[in-house]
Amino acid sequence: MRIPKITFWKAILVLILVPGLYSLIYRLTHGLGQSTNLTDDFPWGLWVGFKLFSVALAGGGFTLAAVVYIFNLKRYRPVLRAMILTAFLGYSMFIASLILDLGRPYRIWHPLVMWNHHSVMFEIAWCVMLYTTVLFLEFLPVVLERLGWKRQLEWLHTIMIPLVIAGVILSTLHQSSLGSLYLIVPGKLYPLWYSSLEPVFFFISALCAGLAMTIFESWHADKAFHQRLELSLLVGLGRVLAVALSFYLSLRLVDLMRRHVVYLLWQPRPETYLFFLEIILLAVPMVLLFRRKVHTNRTALYFCSVLTLLGFVANRMNVAITGMLAASGGNYFPKWTEISITLAIIASGFLVFALAVKYLPIFPNGHAYAEGSSEQREPVSSSVPELSHVGP
Amino acid sequence: MSKGILYDATLCIDCKLCEKGCAERNGLPYNDAIAAESKQSEHKFTVVLNKNDKYMRRLCMNCQDPSCVSVCPVGAFTKTEAGPVTYNASKCMGCRYCMLACPFFVPKYEWNKVFPLVRKCDMCSDRVANGQQTACADACPTGATKFGEREALIAEAQQRIKDNPGNYVNHIYGLNEVGGTSVLLLSSVPFEDFGFMTNQTTEPMPLLTYRVLTHVPDVVALGSVLLGGIWWITNRRVEVAAAEGGTNKPLTTKHGQG
Repeated sequence: MRIPKITFWKAILVLILVPGLYSLIYRLTHGLGQSTNLTDDFPWGLWVGFKLFSVALAGGGFTLAAVVYIFNLKRYRPVLRAMILTAFLGYSMFIASLILDLGRPYRIWHPLVMWNHHSVMFEIAWCVMLYTTVLFLEFLPVVLERLGWKRQLEWLHTIMIPLVIAGVILSTLHQSSLGSLYLIVPGKLYPLWYSSLEPVFFFISALCAGLAMTIFESWHADKAFHQRLELSLLVGLGRVLAVALSFYLSLRLVDLMRRHVVYLLWQPRPETYLFFLEIILLAVPMVLLFRRKVHTNRTALYFCSVLTLLGFVANRMNVAITGMLAASGGNYFPKWTEISITLAIIASGFLVFALAVKYLPIFPNGHAYAEGSSEQREPVSSSVPELSHVGP
Repeated sequence: MSKGILYDATLCIDCKLCEKGCAERNGLPYNDAIAAESKQSEHKFTVVLNKNDKYMRRLCMNCQDPSCVSVCPVGAFTKTEAGPVTYNASKCMGCRYCMLACPFFVPKYEWNKVFPLVRKCDMCSDRVANGQQTACADACPTGATKFGEREALIAEAQQRIKDNPGNYVNHIYGLNEVGGTSVLLLSSVPFEDFGFMTNQTTEPMPLLTYRVLTHVPDVVALGSVLLGGIWWITNRRVEVAAAEGGTNKPLTTKHGQG
């Protein structure tokens, strides 16, 4: 059964990567005008929406790092490496799509020397640079462990706490500033999304997306590599996600009332429908996750995490595209090249993640489970396999 | 004292000589086909709109406190002392945040180029610096486009409305919009007819984002103290437990990550 499954995924990968590569070359040789449907009326499109989302996925990295290192909740340790890897890949995907989205990608270093501290984009540029470095350093122990470089490993451990604190602060700033980007377009972003609380929403939703991503990944790691996390960990994550989602959704609702735009929910407009799509995708897992039957079942948890992730995809796309369409007076739907490059970047992310899980000690109990394992092989909850520690 | 442009639509005759003058000054092509285009673009920085024989000019408003200057991550835009908002093409990396942020949809992009730049009216900054008036004002045969001191132009616009209240909408567009603009517009029909957003705030747009950005140092300072403190407490707890003979080892540098 194993071989055809892998061939199927390989085929999908090729089907996504080949047109993606063509589109990439086309983008680089023909410019933005030819390779996208962007116009003067609609200068930011799919790639910006994707950037907003790929960073939200990375929310698990700083959340889990804080939980394990700062709050000292060691039982979440087994999830940490996967989340830091996800965050690193999320930021790499952000940078990849940024390079493509810039009109003159070779000037990407300009914010290093040309400063404008009034610009949210400037702050984002610095946060991305610094936090990607932090994530790299946070992930480096995994590689060093594999290589057996103990001295360097120890040195890294001595700076880990300040590094984690820096990472949490940079993430907080960066996640929220992606929302702040849109504060300057009060007349352009549809009022269902434009809010002075946008930075707060972006920050909380990154926390939620990070938690959902943790559940999502552990399910796939289980299916593909038979590397599974203890169920009690997932249950804990599911519960926190339920609370975080309900806080997020109630804040959104209160915000609509505070700004007196609730009446917009009854307007028969595309914005309304897509707003409801976004809210329903988030409200359904929130309600489900509060049920014991759901948050103690791997498959049900996985289903909820997928809905949550789709909800935040919808949210970021709504902010970047849906909400900006009416005021621009233009029409925008991404060109196929835009879509195929985006899919290729996502596929590359999955590919690198799979390779990393295969060759690096990402999950603690790697290959511990024989094939054909099922729920009854759940490990006893108290025996969390500690990682092989190095050092004295 | 900063300069400004006053455009009075009631004096305009739709001769489009301002468009022609603008194209010449900026080294852009101009012919009948381009004259017929009614949208600002990377090759047409100003347009005269005609709606039921009511006219309106569109050009960069050269805001007093411009969004583009504020949002540009590399500081490619500058609000000059004299009024014009200029663009330094050698800095631009092409993020197009200026285009998104501009409340007047002014910056345009060279979509057809492989390595594009932003293009926009810069209120003839070089001419203004030399004490000349803008090319459009220079070309205008009727005085519909008038160049001068912004303060004097405001007084004149107010006087014109006062003298002929029936001729004008009682509003100087650009006097207070987004904190004021160097370009001021007078019209006999509502400005929204020509696509202007009329729900603009009267406070400068950059404040909307800068208010949030000023909290960045707070987050850094409070965040590090708070997180460092929490770490100290939780770690100390584990250490104490270990010293008292507990089985928990402290989460210190001895441990591998993840």
